[in-house]
Amino acid sequence: MSDATAPLLSVRDLKVHFKVRDRKAWPWTPAATLKAVDGVSFDLRPGETLGIVGESGCGKSTLARACLNLIPATGGEVVWQGKTLRPDDHVAWLAARRDIQIIFQDPLASLNPRMTVARIIGEPLRIHRPELSDAQVHEKVAAVMAEVGLTPQQINRYPHEFSGGQCQRIGIARALVLEPKLIICDEPVSALDVSIRAQIVNLLQELQRRKGLALIFIAHDLAVVKHISDRVLVLYMGKAMELAASDALYARPGHPYTEALLSAIPVPDPRVERNKVLQLLSGDMPSPIDPPSGCVFRTRCPKAIAVCAQDKPALRQLDAETAAACVLAVERSS
Amino acid sequence: MNDAKNAPVLEVKDLSVQFRTNDGPVYAVNHVGFELGRGQTLGIVGESGSGKSQTMLAMMGLLARNGTATGQVLHHGRNLLGLPAAELNAVRGDRIAMIFQDPMTSLNPYLSVERQMSEVLELHRGLSRREARVRAIQALDAVKIPDAKRRIDFYPHEFSGGMRQRVMIAMALLCEPEVLIADEPTTALDATVQAQITQLLRELQRDHGTAIVMITHDLGVVAGLCDDVMVMYGGRVMEHASAEDIFHRPSHPYTRGLLAALPRMDASGPLVSIPGNPPNMNALPPGCPFSARCRYVEERCVATVPLLQHLAPTSPTLRACHRPVADLDAMEAADV
Repeated sequence: MSDATAPLLSVRDLKVHFKVRDRKAWPWTPAATLKAVDGVSFDLRPGETLGIVGESGCGKSTLARACLNLIPATGGEVVWQGKTLRPDDHVAWLAARRDIQIIFQDPLASLNPRMTVARIIGEPLRIHRPELSDAQVHEKVAAVMAEVGLTPQQINRYPHEFSGGQCQRIGIARALVLEPKLIICDEPVSALDVSIRAQIVNLLQELQRRKGLALIFIAHDLAVVKHISDRVLVLYMGKAMELAASDALYARPGHPYTEALLSAIPVPDPRVERNKVLQLLSGDMPSPIDPPSGCVFRTRCPKAIAVCAQDKPALRQLDAETAAACVLAVERSS
Repeated sequence: MNDAKNAPVLEVKDLSVQFRTNDGPVYAVNHVGFELGRGQTLGIVGESGSGKSQTMLAMMGLLARNGTATGQVLHHGRNLLGLPAAELNAVRGDRIAMIFQDPMTSLNPYLSVERQMSEVLELHRGLSRREARVRAIQALDAVKIPDAKRRIDFYPHEFSGGMRQRVMIAMALLCEPEVLIADEPTTALDATVQAQITQLLRELQRDHGTAIVMITHDLGVVAGLCDDVMVMYGGRVMEHASAEDIFHRPSHPYTRGLLAALPRMDASGPLVSIPGNPPNMNALPPGCPFSARCRYVEERCVATVPLLQHLAPTSPTLRACHRPVADLDAMEAADV
């Protein structure tokens, strides 16, 4: 029992900071620090889906890559099944990546154009399971292709012969072939047409049900995230603004930024959409090299008060389901 | 007088676009027609390859070299198709303006925003550079770019994505066009910025009475902005109706499929996907382009192309489907 509730993946105070040099600056001026991800923590339980949302540049992709050590974290830790994985421990990471796989946004760009589908999907097996014979690899590739809805005749084709939706299916098959416990989906449906998007979302959900997969689902489309996630993490400028159960987040957002994001989503219903009171955010995201003091969201926050410029609020539990990082958020009795 | 006021600003009749390719002719757009009155907004919705962008490019005389357009594009009764470039240029950018999906690639990176904007006014209005600059600053103010006086001398890369799209809109509106064609203007932007831009378009339309053709694949954007919606698939119009009817009484299987496939904030439940893949435009089926993916498909759907007809003699809704709406409703009810 305790095994079932123990987190699969724990991310503790994760930081990814980049040094950036301004080309116009003097050579001796110290490089500025860009805090792409700044102190994010979350737990992921087996079979759970965590959605990560935020505007472009908020650090969601960097966070995903740091969870896989594709970009080494500069602080904090990633704990996989109770074991802390240090960024320089490549042997441990290689083993962990058998169980953690990733799907990327651009389905065609993430497939090698010179490899056939058989080689693309079989490659993880050749790296992580070198003991398998060619026949065994072929058998596993064929099986996983069937699972994602590709036909056996397509096994020797090249990526350019497929449509965007089919390429994404190949990407999913490649992630699935090692039978991982967690798949990180970095905007897997953003580049797809509406009708195909639903196919891929349904496929991911079905695979999750059948195999008990945990998913980290990154998107800027809150409607998709709501649909697929158990819990949602809202990021802004590398910081967690809110972490809440999916239904609670949409029904009772705890952070003004979440409210603004929700109000911005167009509803496909003219009666609703024409009478909606928009909570428009003013302006753009500030430069991440020179973030605002205090709460990073205060410059665009409709509710900001003087104290927001000083306090850096951390995630605070508002009720059983919602944690928000806002000084104004009030605790709720559930 | 009244007649002139109600006459459509833009009328497209039987527009078809064909491309010559090495694999034979590609019929990208087939027999598309619509009317656009003053201050009206038409949404054109479709997936990639549905021909929605090519329709607009054909109207503006911007087709690729291997493309030919047939039919009529009437701007106040004058056919724009086949007009010599010089005459077309007097209309484009002046009476009919266009904004594109990616503001970074449609602005010239080598020129400051001021140069790109004043150029339009010098060309179409014969203003001096100095007068043009004043007008350009006003235009940037109108699209709510803060500190427009200073920012006008910036280069496109110095703006964020949302700001660049505002610059594009300001530039398109410099000559107070009658028609603004917006080709996926918010697709590359975040939801919060998308809401800002849609709001801006709504205000500009209210203030200037500009007619807008909004091309998008996002039904949500259409709902808030458009009076009429035209749904395209495989180069053909599937359904053309008021926004209200499209969202609440969709009559075409494809429109219904699109709506069911959309994850919604105001509802939960499984997404109903449309099986199959978008059509290969090189090898369209002889019948209805949607027949291969349609759950209501019959023999005649595969054999012959359905004509775009009124749903009922009195109904403004146009649909291209062999199966009556009653059949679709009955089948849907039987599924549940």
